[in-house]
Amino acid sequence: MSQAIKTEKLCFTYPGVEDTPGVAVFDGLDLTVDEGDFVAVLGGNGSGKSTLAKHFNAILLPTGGTVWVCGLDTSREENLIPIRRQVGMVFQNPDNQIVANVVEEDVAFGPENLGIPSGEIRQRVDAALNQVGMYAYRQHAPHLLSGGQKQRVAIAGILAMAPKCVVLDEPTAMLDPKGRREVLDTVLQLNREKGITVVLITHHMDEAAKAKRVVILDQGRIAAQGTPAQVFSQVDLLHSLGLAAPETVELCHALNAEGYSLPLDRLDAESCAQAILDAITGEETT
Amino acid sequence: MTPLLEVQNLSHTYSAGTPFAHKALEDVSFRVDRGEFIGVIGHTGSGKSTLMQHLNGLLKPDQGRVLLDGKDIWSDKKFTRECRFRVGLVFQYPEYQLFEETVYADIAFGPKNMGLDGKEIDRRVREAAGFVGITDAQLNASPFDLSGGQKRRAAIAGIVAMEPELLILDEPTAGLDPRGREEILDNIQTYRRAKNATVMMVTHSMNDVARLADRLIVMSQSHLVLEGTPEEIFSDPQSLVDMGLDVPEVTRVFLALEKRGLRLPRVYTLDQAVAALAALKGGARHA
Amino acid sequence: MLKDITLGQYFPGNSPIHRLDPRTKLILLVVYIVILFVASGPVSYCLCLGFLAACIAVSKIPPKSFLRGMKPLIFLMCFTGIMNLFFTGGETLLVKFWIIHIYLEGVIRAVYMILRFIALICATFLLTYTTSPIALTDALESLLRPLGKLGLPVHELAMMMCIALRFIPTLLEETDKIMSAQKARGADFETGSLIQRVKALIPILVPLFISAFRRADELATAMECRCYQGGEGRTKMKQLRYGRLDASAFAVTLAVLAGSIALTVFGL
Repeated sequence: MSQAIKTEKLCFTYPGVEDTPGVAVFDGLDLTVDEGDFVAVLGGNGSGKSTLAKHFNAILLPTGGTVWVCGLDTSREENLIPIRRQVGMVFQNPDNQIVANVVEEDVAFGPENLGIPSGEIRQRVDAALNQVGMYAYRQHAPHLLSGGQKQRVAIAGILAMAPKCVVLDEPTAMLDPKGRREVLDTVLQLNREKGITVVLITHHMDEAAKAKRVVILDQGRIAAQGTPAQVFSQVDLLHSLGLAAPETVELCHALNAEGYSLPLDRLDAESCAQAILDAITGEETT
Repeated sequence: MTPLLEVQNLSHTYSAGTPFAHKALEDVSFRVDRGEFIGVIGHTGSGKSTLMQHLNGLLKPDQGRVLLDGKDIWSDKKFTRECRFRVGLVFQYPEYQLFEETVYADIAFGPKNMGLDGKEIDRRVREAAGFVGITDAQLNASPFDLSGGQKRRAAIAGIVAMEPELLILDEPTAGLDPRGREEILDNIQTYRRAKNATVMMVTHSMNDVARLADRLIVMSQSHLVLEGTPEEIFSDPQSLVDMGLDVPEVTRVFLALEKRGLRLPRVYTLDQAVAALAALKGGARHA
Repeated sequence: MLKDITLGQYFPGNSPIHRLDPRTKLILLVVYIVILFVASGPVSYCLCLGFLAACIAVSKIPPKSFLRGMKPLIFLMCFTGIMNLFFTGGETLLVKFWIIHIYLEGVIRAVYMILRFIALICATFLLTYTTSPIALTDALESLLRPLGKLGLPVHELAMMMCIALRFIPTLLEETDKIMSAQKARGADFETGSLIQRVKALIPILVPLFISAFRRADELATAMECRCYQGGEGRTKMKQLRYGRLDASAFAVTLAVLAGSIALTVFGL
């Protein structure tokens, strides 16, 4: 399988201002994201996850090492536009990424920049708005939409550019539970139905649990990676990094201290309940 | 005993008399007793934020009354102003309201407006900074040099320094990572214990309110729809889900266990769940 | 509340006026202003006002909204009227009181001036009520494009206008929120001397500016991520195109202009 994104010994230091020394974020980070994958990047504030995201479409350039996006080196000037066509970015604050004051005009912004003919833009915009379920709102003013709706408009704006990969930098941090569900469902659907590679940066464990692969960043290093079940079962490691496992895993972990021996890979209520039930009834029959 | 705060039949309409008129609150009544920790839950647009702004007199009710200590907060001008300080309101993303050159000056803004003398202001600023874990060095720094979580805590200190009897926080943990969330919640508890304050917290985190609140208020579509202890509220998960809200994950696990024929008490926090299941295990072992 | 200020008072609709190309509407507004200044007699004034009334009727915009929009301009209107009333000389003296002389010509002129003023305002409102701000921006960009050759950054100006329109409601909402938050800390914006009141604005302006700069910064990044590279090589989803409707609108308006000129020549 080919790789959508690959970092090789990525080093990055924020330049210092005047006399203050720069802040080193990465020192030799190696990470690959396969095409069609859904990777959740977790980590506390200051773990470097947003800085990492900004390397994926050349907003930031490595101070050492290389970042390859769809086979293109981000540090080469001539790759800039091709890379940004392939990798769309969705940011945290939905208000600050919507350019136009009509929903469909905003979705058209990207394709317009690419110089695509009008008729095709229209088709792309309509398709993108349908994909995120916002077609009915195409004539609305963005500031009157809910947070979840604004983020879906932002996602549609990226989709209209027909990218291979979407990078979302804490897209749900400012949303309520309903908005978070809307956005997450949209992203899952893109990955499943359109095969778009997704990198989701978040600090919500329950969102990461829905990904195919989870990467945990701590102080610019990868502290753990694997399937959600593999990563979240390392409860003690998570706690030491100031993170928490999903509530179901926390429950099983706490029960194990009380004499149970439960698996730590149950990420939803139903399967967790089944595991607990098995443990109890298994005990009774012996 | 008169409750600390009493809301009677409160209604509020935005942009009344224009085509954009929008009823944000309709006939809301409840009371808050001294020392309580009340969780306020409801989806975005349910009227929570509008309700909070009525409690310290930022908004004037179209109908109904808000009583502080049994007295209508709009009864006279002086009392309305007094209420601003006795009921402290921390807005969503409060770090965006920081404006002074130093953290110290920013925290002192509220106490200064109260007309306190310099010595008392200094005491309050230092005490408030202590509650939220802001160090002396940080007090002299510019608020804009702090990290996101520290900014949030400095902004909360700005309200805490007014030493309100009722501290209201609108989603104080929004957008923070798990560690930042824990810190803020601890800060609130510290203040509450030290000053015997009453707290109202608006949040989307069911786990947090389940753990911290004595009583919950549920808002939906401009109405107060449910009121009770976490136990009472979370005993009917379906109605919460219908309102677009969540139930604590452990409650879900226990509901799933119940569906599988296990008889269990209703739980809504991790500790309760562990205790209930540990007892079951122990019981099974000794049987 | 600040939120109540309605900016860009667009009334969505599908009347022929709504469907006109925004450039047509802009040009015809200019033509109409010319017609207004050409008109000088009662008949030509009737023609002007009748034409406008017909347009308003076709647009199906409730006439009340025009009255509401005019309210803030009443003072200016009265002032113009009074100035004309008092300071126009003439032959038929109607009132003589102290140093005030009012002539019949003054009265007529004042009435004409006020009518002209009202027509001017209503015509402008008709444009903004029936055209979305973004369409207006597009129209301006398109009409001003020839000036781009002279070095005027037409695309950039249009983009700025578009973004400003997009962020005005957001920033107004934000101002409202910051004001409430500072009021909750006891800030007082309503009492005190002028200097105190200006000082009281600092706790609002500082956070507002910081937030506006942060938004600008994030928006610039987001625009770059969406491959924005300025106006060059850019296409548009909605292309402006003149249609048959525009041709008829031009024809009718020019006919009114011709009529107005003819009437004026005959002194009507």
